[in-house]
Order: sequence, then structure tokens, then C-alpha cells
Amino acid sequence: MNPFLATVRRDVLLAMRRKSEVLTAVFFFVIVTSLFPLGIGPEPVLLKKIAPGILWVAALLATLLGLPRLFAADHGDGTLEQMVLSPSPLGLLVAGKILAHWLLCGLPLVLLAPVLGLQFDLDASALGVLTLALLLGTPLLSLIGAIGAALTLGVRGGGVLLALLVLPLYIPALIFGAGAVEAHIAGLDVGGHLSLLAAMLVLAAFFAPWATTAGLRIALE
Amino acid sequence: MLNVSGLACSRGERRLFADVGFSLSPGEWLHVQGENGSGKTSLMRLLVGLSPADAGSILWRDEPTPSAEFRRDLIYLGHHAAVKEDLTPLENLRLAAALDGIALDERAALAALIRLGLRGREELPVRVLSAGQKRRVLLARLLTRPAILWVLDEAFNALDVAAVKLLGDLIAEHLANRGMAVLTSHQPLPVPGGKTLTL
Amino acid sequence: MGDHGGIEDCIRVSQSIVQWFRFASPQSFYPLAGRMVPWFWAAAAIFGIAGLWMSFFVAPTDAQQGEGYRIIFVHVPASWMSMFIYLVMAFWAGLGLALNTRVSSMMAQALAPTGALMAALSLWTGALWGKPMWGAWWVWDARLTSELILFFLYLGFMALQAAIDDPRRADKAGAILALVGVVNIPIIYFSVKWWNTLHQGSSVNLAKSSMATTMLWGMLLMALAFWMYSIAVALMRVRAIILERERHTEWVKHAVA
Repeated sequence: MNPFLATVRRDVLLAMRRKSEVLTAVFFFVIVTSLFPLGIGPEPVLLKKIAPGILWVAALLATLLGLPRLFAADHGDGTLEQMVLSPSPLGLLVAGKILAHWLLCGLPLVLLAPVLGLQFDLDASALGVLTLALLLGTPLLSLIGAIGAALTLGVRGGGVLLALLVLPLYIPALIFGAGAVEAHIAGLDVGGHLSLLAAMLVLAAFFAPWATTAGLRIALE
Repeated sequence: MLNVSGLACSRGERRLFADVGFSLSPGEWLHVQGENGSGKTSLMRLLVGLSPADAGSILWRDEPTPSAEFRRDLIYLGHHAAVKEDLTPLENLRLAAALDGIALDERAALAALIRLGLRGREELPVRVLSAGQKRRVLLARLLTRPAILWVLDEAFNALDVAAVKLLGDLIAEHLANRGMAVLTSHQPLPVPGGKTLTL
Repeated sequence: MGDHGGIEDCIRVSQSIVQWFRFASPQSFYPLAGRMVPWFWAAAAIFGIAGLWMSFFVAPTDAQQGEGYRIIFVHVPASWMSMFIYLVMAFWAGLGLALNTRVSSMMAQALAPTGALMAALSLWTGALWGKPMWGAWWVWDARLTSELILFFLYLGFMALQAAIDDPRRADKAGAILALVGVVNIPIIYFSVKWWNTLHQGSSVNLAKSSMATTMLWGMLLMALAFWMYSIAVALMRVRAIILERERHTEWVKHAVA
């Protein structure tokens, strides 16, 4: 089996043995989006207006929740050392881990978002745009987050630090992701937003595994 | 094959060792000795390329390490268990091989586990095994991963008498097949011959 | 003969490279930085006095904004410096990562607090300017928002370096973060701008309001003063970092004694 797919399979298999970790992020996403109407009030017009932003910010935070564990478990039990010394290129294994993180943490959010969007009275086409934007945006969040996870690996207060490092870098994804849905609701074309999200995804797919690999090597020294 | 010269390492401000050098040819092994904190593990980590040396060179087949070729020829087992607690020994072994890009069928993996005395444990999660048994799961990789240079850091820890003898036999077989090994330990090792390096 | 000349050239080039790397060692950079500091302080003082005089007494009162606009003589140079320092910091950090020269990594570490100070100053003066201008301390103007994010990036860089005990590891991790930040800053700036135009936020356009030449001069002089101040402070800080990191060496014991 190809080392990249083997890594994806391994991480998915591990997550399936310990489902609670995956479910925590999903529940977090559901709870956070449900808290906003309680805090703001049930007025449908206002809720519909702020729905894209809320769903996106909640997705951002839910992704962040699983990030500290991305490399920490492998670091703790020594399997990360074995990956670094493996004959397979480390970048490939890291890319596999990032894809697994998205499958376990990003994809459930994408699938759940249309259901949660109903809470905010979004119509069917807006839900479609939201799902599409999240489908392009959540892998981007996993890729950028992996860099932060590698840099804060084994560092004091790593979780909070990770949020400080990664959240500012998430801003473009948030702007274009939430912006796509808002533009659609306002009756504008969303092609530009989605193309830019896709462009950022391609850029991150090229650079993030490289930066993450460099970060991991430094963390293991 | 392996030529190490002038290696130096410090932790923070403290110089652990300097000017360490040795060379190994096929069939030879090196016993790295030293007290706790003398830098045995640090030397192993420099050797395999996990951390950079302050000075010195490590040549493998006359090429500077770490190279792709070196990583293909190397197996390093450190202090960590390096096995996944939620997976079974069989899954651990096969997935580790797949990550290294090596095809390992179930029969070969089972044979390795049986040789390490884990018959009947291959389908249990590693979590329920004892420390010594976990160690044996890791050691099974020595059989499934073809490598020329074995770098084993305190590999004899947590092993019972039978397992110590078994590991000694495995290393002896490996050396007889023109393999090489670098071992650390503060106790005498059940492997004949060998060079010694005291830190 | 030709060969001979070639060899001599080679030796000369390698000697000049060695010369460069001599300054890259903390031991030789420490006294060099010490000699440069007073000059940059002096330059900062001269430009600062000239700039303040220009901006308070020479530049005319703005027709629309009255005297309150004068805060731009601090606000704009601080914003420029905050962005410029991030680039310089990333450059030194990247150089330290690529060539393993310790002084360049220390330089990056020394620049970060000054950059963060400039970003904070820009935000603070922006708020002070905003209150009379728009009647609110904070508006989500594209430039102010970008500045806020830049401030977060500085904080992240400093927090990461502070959290890692081993200075070499801190240098390398910080360098990667700074490089990732440099790639992202244009993307962030562009996306914030897009977001701002989409939401029709209020944006101040200085270029359009006819700026008097004296105003521009005042701003340039103040920018130079900030620049010189940044260099002076960074050099002082890098000297402190060198002493701290090299405290176990003989030359530091001599230098401090």
C-alpha cells in the first residue's frame, strides 16, 4: 500500500477505535451554533443575516479543537520518530495525516452544516453554497492548522498558543467562506468567492505539508 | 560502511560529549556504554539523524547522513513503545510496514509475532498487553523490516530472561547475515564480540 | 598566469565571505552593535525633532479635520514601520533558518517587540483619530483591521518563542511561523480589503484629500525618526539577547566584568 494512503487508513482506524474524540468536535459545532440564537434572540431576519458568519466561526473553532491532538499522540508514543526516520518521505506521511484530520474533523462539519443552517432559516440554494464553501474551506483549515500543530508540539500551553498562531491565519478562509453565503443571499454571484477559496486551498496544499514537516523536525530535535 | 568522526553534542550549556568517533563494517556491532545522563540516547539520536550534531560527521556508505538511502537501511528502536495502544499487534506491524512503503502480508507478520512469543495475542488490543509484551511487538519489526543497520536504544529494558536471550539471538543472526548494530545498555549484553564505546 | 589570477580571486572572495561571517558571530557583532547604537539614537532624535516641528508648526491646519488630523504624523509612520519590521524580521529569521547564523535569528527575536509596539501604536492612534472623525473609537476599516491582525501575528511570534525553552528550537520554529506569516499577510490584507468594500465600511482615503507638501515632509521625517529609533532599540535588544544566550562563554564574562 502507498504510504500516503496507509497513513490515512491508520489515522481513520485509530479514530474509529476511539470515537469520542471525533464526536466531541461535532457536538461542539452543534452546541456553539445553537447558542447564538439564545444569546442574540430568535428574530428570523437577524439570524438569517448572521447565519453564515456563525456557522463559519463555529467550524473554525471546532477544527481548532482537534488540532492539538493531530501530532501529539504520535509524538507521545514515539511513532512520530519512526515516521521521521521512515524511508517514505515525511511530507507524504504528513499530508496523509492532514487528510485524515479533515476526513475525521472537517467532513462531518460539512455534512452537518446544511442541517444546522435550517435553524437559521437559510433556503435550499443558500445551504448548497454554504456546504460548497465549507467543502473548499475546511481542508484549508486543516492544512493551515497542521503548521501550527507542528510548531506548538510539546510546547508549554500548546493548545492556547496554537489558537493564537492559527486563528489570524484563518481569517481569509472565514472572509471568503462566509462571504460566499452572504453574497448568495444578497443575490450576487458567488463564483469569485469560491474560486478564491479554491486558489487558497491549492496554495496551502503545496506549502502547508512542507512547513509542517519542517516544524515537526524542529519539534523532535 | 558506517564512519563516525569528531561528533560533539551539548544540551543547553552542558557539553555531553565531544570528539566521538567509531566505524562499523558488516558483521560488526558497537556497544555504547555510560552512566545515566552521559549522553547515550543523545548519541543514538544524532546517529540516526533525529537531531543535528554540534560538530562532526556521520558517513553511511561514504555519503553524509541523513540520506534517503540511510533511512532505508536503518531501523531505530528508541525508549518509546512506538506502538498504537488501540490497535492489535498484527495491525501495528502491518501498518508500520505500510507507512515505510513495505509490503508485508499477514502470514509474514504473524510469523514474526509468533517468533517473539506473542502467539494468541495478535488480535488483542496492545493496550491490554504487559510492558514486556508491548516491547516484543516493537521488536517484531526487526524481523519484518529489512534493514542493514540496527540502532537499538536500551532495547533490553523491560524484557524477561527468555526475551533477552531471544533478542540476543536475533542480533547474532542479523550480524551473521552481514548486518550491523549499535546498542546502548549499562549492563553486559548477551551478544558475543563487538566494539565498545564508553561515554 | 590566468589560472593563478583565478585562484587569487577565489581566495579574495572566500576571505571576504569569511569577513562577513565574522560579523555573523555573536562575539564580533556585540561590540559592533554597541558602537552603532548611539548614532542611530542621534539620528532618531534629529529626525524626530525636525519631524515634530514640521508637523506641529509648519504643516497647515486641515480644512475639514481641523487640528485633530495631526495625529497622522504618528499614526501613518507607525503603520508603515509595523509592516516593514515584519518583513525585516521574517527576512532575518529565514536567513537564520537557512544559513544557521545565530545572530540573524537573534535579530529577528529583537525586532518582534518593536514591531508589535508599532502595530499597537498604530491601533491606538487610529482609535484616537477615529473618535473625532467618525465618532467611534473603532471602526472596521480595512487598514485598521489588517493592522489588528498584524498585531496578532506579532503576538503569536513572540508567544511561540517565549514558550519554547531551547533557544535554537525557538529560533527555528519562530522562523517558520514568520515565513508563513509573510506569505499570508498579502492574502489577509487583500481579503480584508475585499470584505470591507463588500460591506461598504467607512474607509479613510488620505491620498484623495489634497495633502500639502509640508504634511508629506512631516510624515516622511517622522517615518525616518521611527525607523532610526527601531534600529537603535533592536540593536540594544539584540545585545541583551547575545549576552543572555552566550553567558556561559569566556568572552561574555570578560565583556561584563
